[in-house]
Amino acid sequence: MSITLRVNGKAHALDIEPEMPLLWALRDELGMTGTKFGCGVAACGACTVHVDGVAMRSCVTPVEAVDGADITTIEGLAASSGAAEGMLAPLQQAWIEAQVPQCGYCQSGMLMAVSALIAENPQPTDEDIDAAITNVCRCGTYPRVRAAIRSVTAA
Amino acid sequence: MAIELKKPTRRQLLVAGGVAGGGLLLAYSFSGTSRRGLADKAAAGGGERFVTTWLKISPDNIVTVYVPHADMGQGPITALAMMAAEEMEADWSLVRAEQAPAESAFANEALGNRFVAGDAVPPMLKGVANAGWYQVAKFMNLQVTGGSMAVRYTGHHGMRVTGAAAKEMLVKAAAARWNCSPSECTAALSMVKGPAGQSATYGELAADAADYAPSAAPKLKAKKDYTIVGTPRPRFDIPAKVDGTAMYGVDARPEGLLYAAVHLGPVFGSSVASYDATEILARRGVKKVVEFPGGVAVIADNYWRAKEAALALDITFDTKGNEAISSETIYAGHDAALDAGGSEEDREVGDAPAAFEGATRIVEAAYRVPYLAHACMEPMNCTVWIRDGKADVWLGVQDPLGARARIAEVAGLDFENVTLHPMLLGGGFGRRIPIRAGFFDFPSEIDFAAMIAKEVDAPVKLVYTREDDIQHDAYRIASSSRLRAALDDAGMPVAWENRYVHKDEPGEAPHIPYNVPNQSIRFVEIDNPVPRGPWRSVAHTQHTFFNESFVDELAHEAGQDPFEYRRAMLRDQPRHLAVLELAAEKAGWGRPLPAGRSRGIAIQESFGSIVAEVAEISIVEPGEVKVHRVTAAVDCGEVIHPDTATQQVESAIIYGLTAALFGEISIEGGAVAQTNFTDYEMLKLADTPQIDVHFIESGAPIGGLGEPGTPPISAAVANAVFSLTGQRIRQLPLKNHKLSPASGQFAQAAD
Repeated sequence: MSITLRVNGKAHALDIEPEMPLLWALRDELGMTGTKFGCGVAACGACTVHVDGVAMRSCVTPVEAVDGADITTIEGLAASSGAAEGMLAPLQQAWIEAQVPQCGYCQSGMLMAVSALIAENPQPTDEDIDAAITNVCRCGTYPRVRAAIRSVTAA
Repeated sequence: MAIELKKPTRRQLLVAGGVAGGGLLLAYSFSGTSRRGLADKAAAGGGERFVTTWLKISPDNIVTVYVPHADMGQGPITALAMMAAEEMEADWSLVRAEQAPAESAFANEALGNRFVAGDAVPPMLKGVANAGWYQVAKFMNLQVTGGSMAVRYTGHHGMRVTGAAAKEMLVKAAAARWNCSPSECTAALSMVKGPAGQSATYGELAADAADYAPSAAPKLKAKKDYTIVGTPRPRFDIPAKVDGTAMYGVDARPEGLLYAAVHLGPVFGSSVASYDATEILARRGVKKVVEFPGGVAVIADNYWRAKEAALALDITFDTKGNEAISSETIYAGHDAALDAGGSEEDREVGDAPAAFEGATRIVEAAYRVPYLAHACMEPMNCTVWIRDGKADVWLGVQDPLGARARIAEVAGLDFENVTLHPMLLGGGFGRRIPIRAGFFDFPSEIDFAAMIAKEVDAPVKLVYTREDDIQHDAYRIASSSRLRAALDDAGMPVAWENRYVHKDEPGEAPHIPYNVPNQSIRFVEIDNPVPRGPWRSVAHTQHTFFNESFVDELAHEAGQDPFEYRRAMLRDQPRHLAVLELAAEKAGWGRPLPAGRSRGIAIQESFGSIVAEVAEISIVEPGEVKVHRVTAAVDCGEVIHPDTATQQVESAIIYGLTAALFGEISIEGGAVAQTNFTDYEMLKLADTPQIDVHFIESGAPIGGLGEPGTPPISAAVANAVFSLTGQRIRQLPLKNHKLSPASGQFAQAAD
């Protein structure tokens, strides 16, 4: 079955099973490895991408559900934030400023989840952040994740 | 298995010489000049020169530091480059750093030298050295990252010396060029300046410097003169980790790649009885199936296709009767062994039996902890391509050389014919050691990947599902401890007894820092039917929970404040005392808390660093612990990179707190009952306490930081729970206890 995935502004026609999770279409069919496999059951958020601007866990999202939708991955986050070619989104810059990542594996998903939150709610309360950012980080970067969020949302 | 090593016949030397094309090469080496050729071949590009096996100067004056450790988030690449650059007087803006190739030339020999000099090799980290298939003669091929060793061994004994030696050689080359004395030249910011205003960059001097013999003991800088070490330099690895370009093992995509998913026997020790692959072989993209000991792999052109097919495979296993094993039978085994009374000596001080004999007040308690999985965020994986008698391997691993040797053995290839491409690790925590020392009955995914690749005519990437990862880990061992203490009239312990199961690494983990005149610490070793491996801070995790909870019991029994009680017993341990007091002071120990909150304290020395932590908690519906704040004091001797140092302690606390609150791998029917993050729960942002970390730079020998923050947290939290509720937690995790807030009596007793 032909599926059209619009990823970071570029359309890809793929002849794949409609039930294939978006994660594996991105990673193994399109070779875009920035989106990570963590749990396969939407429990950790490492695979978070934006679908029409909304954070979604791609490991449980069948491609047929996003056929034709606008998908943004970590590779396209900067461009989708209006950053110039080769530049980072302000949120990514904040991540570097706060030296957030440790092993870094969960950070693609973390950044995608946080950017979706801030797009919808530019001044989130701590409770808003707690409720929206349920991504798992085994290195325990949480204190810096919060600090980096605060550095771009502080009024 | 103990390894007896003779001292090397050659002194460890810095060796220098010219290389083809006229340049400088300096090797920090046991094995002489031949090593330089290896290093040069592996990493030097056109016109570039190695200054040591770990330092390279390019014509454009860029210094590249090759760090023989894996970066799994703890930041050794940057920290070790800082140590070399500091001594070298390099301009930090001209310094680059990367992980060294998995070549013998880049073994972390300072680590090996440290061991030869007298420190025992932790068996869990012996890696290549512990394996019969790899000669002990190649012991120096250690490339292990673990035991919180990178900065304190490789950095301290290796990077500082090589950096300083390089600087001396560059200065000598400049002095000869300008016909002056080296003492008239100064090196700073990757440039040497002469007495008459001459100047030359390191890049311009590198070739001339080859004529000079490096000093084996160059003069090191005084700490007061440091300009790089001790400052928070941005880490080299971070930019690629925010834009999706960082490449982990699981991201390897060699041309023609196929994917492997496995169907493993859930029961430990089981073998494949029969399987029928007819249905799955007809599926789209499925190429073949490969049987190996313990399971069957499905090879496909997309991981999802492989995984779905592996799950659907019609397969039966011979469980060899192991389905009778459960957590209950394992714990019953602990109890029976402890009841039987036979034990081996760990540590005996004074005459504990006599002291108990005459005691009027004896306190005793039994403690227990379950198995724990590591649950690295990156599911286990290994990509192997075998063709023409050679193999290429893409892998994120805590011992690249050991993994290379292991794959060579399993695939039946020569070590020299295996090329390992080190990839980033999405977490390590002890999980990504290629050898499960002493547990060869439980091969790892690295072994499986090599076995599978032998049967596939293409590069093949084996990826574990999260379920595979949780159910086929090498676990922190489940352990039980029976503690007894005799108290004198003042309530202070005069005798301490510990009987525990399973001696684990490091050996000193069960020992207490306290001044107790009579101690009897002994263990029983019994069969452990579950794969076992090092888990962040290893044996310190269980023993610190046991010992520091029990000391808290003694303090309450004695009617004393738990902080003051420890303080009294640490009078002769000034470093411990300072750490304990700093943690208490910064946490506001003794000061009033909001209603419904309490504090608990614990301390442990591990991997050369002493850490005390104070946890502030409350109980929330429905009877669960909420940790609001953790205050840590750390004496690691010296802080190299203050920012990552703080971050490592935060990380270690969160890792330990996850285990204390939720961590439990239970065995049912011979298999792990948990499956994924849904039932092996993780701490999340909303659960994360405020963490404040305070360092003491005592000047003691530099200590590790990747692990020492983990041990105290479980006892600190459990002790706070007691102070609030009167419920003494003697088994983890805390989620298994229904807690009820607050009788005021206990809350007051604590502070």
